[in-house]
Amino acid sequence: MTPPPIAVRTATEWLSARARWHPLEIVFWFAAFAAIYLFPARHLILTEIAWLGLFALSLDLILGYAGIISLGHAAFFGFGAYTAALLAKHEIIEEPVLALLISGCAAMALGFVTSFLVLRGSDLTRLMVTLGVALVLRELANRYGWLTGGADGLQGVSIKPVLGVFRFDMFGHTGYTYSLTVLFILFLVARRLVNSPFGLSLLSVKSNPLRSSAIGISVDARLVAIYTVAAGYAGIAGALLAQTTAFASLEVFSFDRSADLLLVLIIGGAGYLYGGLIGAIIFKFMQDYLSALTPQYWPFWIGLALVVIVLVGRDRITSWTTPIRLMAARLNWRALARRSAERL
Amino acid sequence: MLTILFDGIAYGMLLFVLACGLAVTLGLMNFINLAHGSFAMAGGYVTVVLVNRLGVPFLLSLPIAFLASAGIGFIFERTLYVHVYRKSHLDQVLFTIGLVFMSVAAVDYVMGSGQVFVQVPSAWQGKFDAFGVGIGRYRLLIIVICGLLTVALQFILAYTRFGSRLRAAVDDGRVARGLGINVNWIFALTFAFGSGLAGLGGALGAEILGLDPSFPLKFMIYFLIVVTVGGTSSITGPFLASLLLGIGDVAGKYYVPTLGSFVIYTIMIVVLVWRPQGLFSRATSR
Amino acid sequence: MAVVLETISLVKQFNGVIASDNVSLQIEKGARQALIGPNGAGKTTLINLLTGVSRPTSGSILLDGEDITDLSTHKRVRLGIVRTFQINQLFSDLTPLETIGLAVSERRGQGLDWWRIVGSRPDLVAEVVEILERFHLTDVIDKRTAVLPYGKQRLLEIAVAIACRPRVLLLDEPAAGVPEEERHEILAAVAALPSDVSVLLIEHDMDIVFSFADRISVLVNGALFVEGTPEEVAHDARVKAVYLGEELVDA
Repeated sequence: MTPPPIAVRTATEWLSARARWHPLEIVFWFAAFAAIYLFPARHLILTEIAWLGLFALSLDLILGYAGIISLGHAAFFGFGAYTAALLAKHEIIEEPVLALLISGCAAMALGFVTSFLVLRGSDLTRLMVTLGVALVLRELANRYGWLTGGADGLQGVSIKPVLGVFRFDMFGHTGYTYSLTVLFILFLVARRLVNSPFGLSLLSVKSNPLRSSAIGISVDARLVAIYTVAAGYAGIAGALLAQTTAFASLEVFSFDRSADLLLVLIIGGAGYLYGGLIGAIIFKFMQDYLSALTPQYWPFWIGLALVVIVLVGRDRITSWTTPIRLMAARLNWRALARRSAERL
Repeated sequence: MLTILFDGIAYGMLLFVLACGLAVTLGLMNFINLAHGSFAMAGGYVTVVLVNRLGVPFLLSLPIAFLASAGIGFIFERTLYVHVYRKSHLDQVLFTIGLVFMSVAAVDYVMGSGQVFVQVPSAWQGKFDAFGVGIGRYRLLIIVICGLLTVALQFILAYTRFGSRLRAAVDDGRVARGLGINVNWIFALTFAFGSGLAGLGGALGAEILGLDPSFPLKFMIYFLIVVTVGGTSSITGPFLASLLLGIGDVAGKYYVPTLGSFVIYTIMIVVLVWRPQGLFSRATSR
Repeated sequence: MAVVLETISLVKQFNGVIASDNVSLQIEKGARQALIGPNGAGKTTLINLLTGVSRPTSGSILLDGEDITDLSTHKRVRLGIVRTFQINQLFSDLTPLETIGLAVSERRGQGLDWWRIVGSRPDLVAEVVEILERFHLTDVIDKRTAVLPYGKQRLLEIAVAIACRPRVLLLDEPAAGVPEEERHEILAAVAALPSDVSVLLIEHDMDIVFSFADRISVLVNGALFVEGTPEEVAHDARVKAVYLGEELVDA
């Protein structure tokens, strides 16, 4: 009756299975960096994909890993964008990387403060509070026009070369390399984070907050922590937008941006980090194609996509990734089984 | 001062008629319907077409707007919404935002993106003076119509068989089902009625709120404020919340125009964090 | 014997209804104590008060003589007051291995460790494996908790609590809903709990209570009614009257 014992080594391998690099991941990033040389003509849209992917990754951290629905994630994106644009315009911090970090920190600070508002309440109240925060920021940016340029946006921003060497160009060559590098580094950090004991505790909080506190986890503190980190990511994504376009406008705070972001994440699937990146690729190319046909009616297609995705079922939509995931799991499993068989 | 109060009341009552359907959807099925404003917009455009293009009398166009929106609501409920009730809140949000976007683009395509106005009969335009208070005739009309509707609603809920079944279903859907009440049917009818009211509100409000394809997006937050601040356990809560919101918004824009909607949003956040169940709802043990 | 956990005149009212009435309960080190009482006697309320889910209207809770009445749930867990749930409260998408790993890493205060990959501390994994072996869960360590047989889930429920290394363990009907043939495995696990852990067992099944407890507290209408050894309680005429009364009502 007693099940067989299990080797500590085997258990360790099972535990760290989620964190193991899969060949497809390496292919993905290799392709992303290869695009620097392969598709120079597409660098502008690739740059947009990079910051959008980072933005969606940020939403995945709170939605996919901690279960917080947000309709106002653009608040942090916009805050980061304006911070970066203002730093450059008033020549406070001229070096883009440093300015990027500071913008991220500013968004983190905002995220930390507002995180306390989303701790309590149902999905609906969270949704409204996040939406409310974004709206308040938009109103503020609109009203303090002397600082933000108001409805016209912040113009006359010039961005200095990255690290004092790489100058931004109008074809997005520097912009793409810069954005992709930032995305890659932050992705590595996020990947590390979600596969850590802290990441595991987030999943537990999402799955069952009652039990989480019954094993000694301070649920509130964990939510505050991840919300703050995600806000920082969103801020950096916004700062990338501001730096690569040398512009920031009220539109960065808009509801549409938060709603589009949900679509981006949902297309790719939440809760495994790549969803936001894949979603960003599909979304941007779809937008590129459809808005060329009818720019005005682009929202219609977004709406249709959302409705269809929900009616068909999100699981089924993202199931196109399942064969890949299953195959990966099976390969892993075989390797593990073989190794533990050798040991016993 | 009193004029502002008067305008605020008119605005608030309009908001109530627009949003009360949403309160029932939320309370009855725990369903987050962000697309409620799309039904209101439908009513508004129906009136615009009827009055401006076909020359239908304004007052006659109102019940038609109600029926049109109710019909659209009923069709959508039976064909699309029913599939989404049991899904997660995230799915509901995605689905209804999708509907909003589609309706915005579709109306833009059919009616154009500009703001449209209803030609209100001249008898209803202008102001008159009563006891030193400047009273807009059209706003008075709104107050009268919305007031009558509110009384009628209260009556239906409190004294009719349908009302008592609805209340039972809102209080506890499972028990209501056990008692042999057809909750799905009640919901379809209520949804259609709520959409109809929204359509009527949209028709009445086209003149003072302004009507353009982005209407559902612009007023979504207002409708949500009404139901979350007012709570969904009765219609008195949303009614009071609508009045407060209406008066607050009008007064705020008059006295501190530079603040814009900032005050409303901030108050909303404070209220939601302070009392997540709503300002006027009984604290439930659930 | 030293008293580990003690309540002093705990009162809890809900809108005027008294759910806990002046409860003064003592749990000694290494105790095998049972808390019984008819339905609605206030057992759940008492557990919620002890674990910090709700706050008492008046009275206090002491752990080793220190007042912990105002501490939050997770802080009490860190101090060693751990509970299991009558209805499984598990992480349905995590595996037993991950669940226990999480509980152990949290207990060690490594829960905010965000730069270290899960499973990279050999001593931690060794402890996790030891717990999984003790609770006969090694054959399902890599399965999603949601798909485990019910009996295994009940075992995991207790194993998670043990992974928190409790000083006082509150077991809420550990065998509830378990099919007869898997029952003995749960009861064996309960019987094999470390002897230095004080256990308060909340249970309806009198066979389990009398085979397990060396001390029984009877709760009726929110108040402590009778306390004593199993023999004393079994022969107490008042207890019989209460349970007989309930049976009459049930019938």
